[in-house]
Amino acid sequence: MTAEASQDPTANEDDQAAREQWENAYAAQTLRDADFETMSGVPVDPLYGEGPYPGQYPFTRGVYPTMYRSRLWTMRMFAGFGTAEDTNGRFKELLRAGGTGLSTAFDMPTLMGRDSDSEWALGEVGRAGVAIDTLSDMEDLFADIDLGGVSTSMTINGPAPIIMAMYIAVAEKTGVERSKLAGTIQNDIFKEYQAQKEYIYPPRPSVRLITDMMKYTSAEMPKWHPVSISGYHIREAGSTAAQELAFTLANGFAYVEAAIAAGLDVDDFAPRLSFFFNSHLDFFEEIGKFRAARRIWAKWMKERYGAKNEKSMLCRFHTQTAGVSLTAQQPENNIARVAIQALAGALGGTQSLHTDAYDEAMALPTEKSARVALRTQQIVAHETGVTNVIDPLGGAPYVEWMTDEMERRAEEIFEHLDAMGNGSILEGVYEGIENGYFVGEIADASYRFERGVNAGRRIIVGVNEFTEGDDGEQNLLKIDAETEDYQLKRLETVKQARDSAAVDVALARVTADAQDPTVNMMPALIDAVKTMATEEEVVMAMESVFGTYVEQAIV
Amino acid sequence: MSTESTTTDVAAQPDGEPLRVILAKLGLDGHDRGLKVVARMLRDAGVEVIYLGIRQTTATIINAAEQEDADAIGLSMHNAGHLTLAPRMVEAVKEAGLDIPVIVGGIIPDDDVIELQNKGIAAVLGPGASTDDVVAAVRTSISN
Repeated sequence: MTAEASQDPTANEDDQAAREQWENAYAAQTLRDADFETMSGVPVDPLYGEGPYPGQYPFTRGVYPTMYRSRLWTMRMFAGFGTAEDTNGRFKELLRAGGTGLSTAFDMPTLMGRDSDSEWALGEVGRAGVAIDTLSDMEDLFADIDLGGVSTSMTINGPAPIIMAMYIAVAEKTGVERSKLAGTIQNDIFKEYQAQKEYIYPPRPSVRLITDMMKYTSAEMPKWHPVSISGYHIREAGSTAAQELAFTLANGFAYVEAAIAAGLDVDDFAPRLSFFFNSHLDFFEEIGKFRAARRIWAKWMKERYGAKNEKSMLCRFHTQTAGVSLTAQQPENNIARVAIQALAGALGGTQSLHTDAYDEAMALPTEKSARVALRTQQIVAHETGVTNVIDPLGGAPYVEWMTDEMERRAEEIFEHLDAMGNGSILEGVYEGIENGYFVGEIADASYRFERGVNAGRRIIVGVNEFTEGDDGEQNLLKIDAETEDYQLKRLETVKQARDSAAVDVALARVTADAQDPTVNMMPALIDAVKTMATEEEVVMAMESVFGTYVEQAIV
Repeated sequence: MSTESTTTDVAAQPDGEPLRVILAKLGLDGHDRGLKVVARMLRDAGVEVIYLGIRQTTATIINAAEQEDADAIGLSMHNAGHLTLAPRMVEAVKEAGLDIPVIVGGIIPDDDVIELQNKGIAAVLGPGASTDDVVAAVRTSISN
């Protein structure tokens, strides 16, 4: 706060009122059963410094009035490989151990809408996640699990409506009401064109599918989060922190504009939007980024999109440590990198956190490396004391400056996108995808970084400096090739047993509904997957109307 | 684009023509950050890069290699599919009657490097390879 402002008596009165409001909100919450004192026994307050207070607009200091004093972040570790049965076994173990959140990784063919017997799938089946071809696989994945009693996170984008339809169909078959289904599907197509490249259709029909899902879940599945707006992949592709922040929030604004254009009221869906950010190595830059994200989202939702419900203004986010920062050289050093990134996530006020395993520059994690990764965030949560105080760095001049600077840089990018879209962020994002703006900006930033490393201006320990001591020992996870044969046989069996006439009828309806933009696709998709139509068959039934997306190969 | 004479020497063939290298990703894997960085590294070193990008097949790559009279094929692999996909590329090159090396970069565990070399991959570049490493690997693979 500037000297002038602190001399203004009304400002002081306002701050006093805001503080009282926060104190009341804090007092109304249940706290964790913990001693809020330092290791040496010094009691500490829940909060230091001035407003805006946590849980108050624009939420720079946190989305909730108590933050980690009530509940620590969720330690959500993303995993999965092999067959549906393998993953089902792991889910059940997790539930027996007291977990309630399931997180699903799909293999590359599933993510791209291809069946395991597709020519494109060769060598990829069950490698980086679970293979789902038909509803039968989805039933195996969730066998003996009460879908009404868990929350499921599914990381899939291009074919998200089909996988969502399968999940709904499994619930229906096992007698669970749709309204009881809780969870998140990533379903963020914009960042696929910009960074991760797992798209199927062109942007506009893809956004129609997303608004169809937003409408469907708003009406029928109030506990479901239909989009997780993800900057993680943008950063991994090489963007700067400010670009990650700006592109992600701009994508969020674009979905809001698309949903409003599709007839939804902003407060009907915005409370169920959530975000996913990267936590990289520049400690204060990351913390500034997280704090700025909350402030920007709140301001835009209130001022530009007219949200009235405070929940619509909350930027709640998941964080994952930066996979791209892990080095193949001297991999144990990565444990230190991950710890610093996890600490930045905690000080930035994340709602959930995935910590990467030290061997992930080379392979999927082993049981041991995955355990070390979880232990790393447990150490941050339970041993460092950072969870005792809300936004402990708030008010520090450098941190507040960095927060402002991240916001300023993001606002410059929003201005550019708004101009490209003639006053619409949605149109600006479409235009930026079509004209190569996003991929170009990311590639430039990525190459700038690499040149710094190459020239020795940027030191990466164990890679371009301090390189002695790499013993070269690797103990990596290997995935056997049997999964592929097994999955191919399974798919063949399901195809033999199904009523192919019913499949044809259902797929014809999918195509017909795709032709009419006023029809919600979800009912036809649910009916189609129930006939055991494969994922790829359903993808193709829509592709005949929507077409495919091929990006320009630009460096 | 002007290049320093020293780097042009490194990148040129004995007849003085610049090296021509195809860069592509085979299959579904869309991680293209590394491939783009390598493309710019090679360009800055005076190599002519034919950048095909993601979602290529052995057929599209062979087609480009023939049409562009390429000196080498560079593949980037990040999804653990290298042991299946990279040898198929080597086979496709042989079947097409081409005599050009296939170089693989990306996330390749040490144990797999030898297997790839046994199956005819000319060079394997891991994470952290510098511009000099990349250019040297291309140069050595072509002269061998």
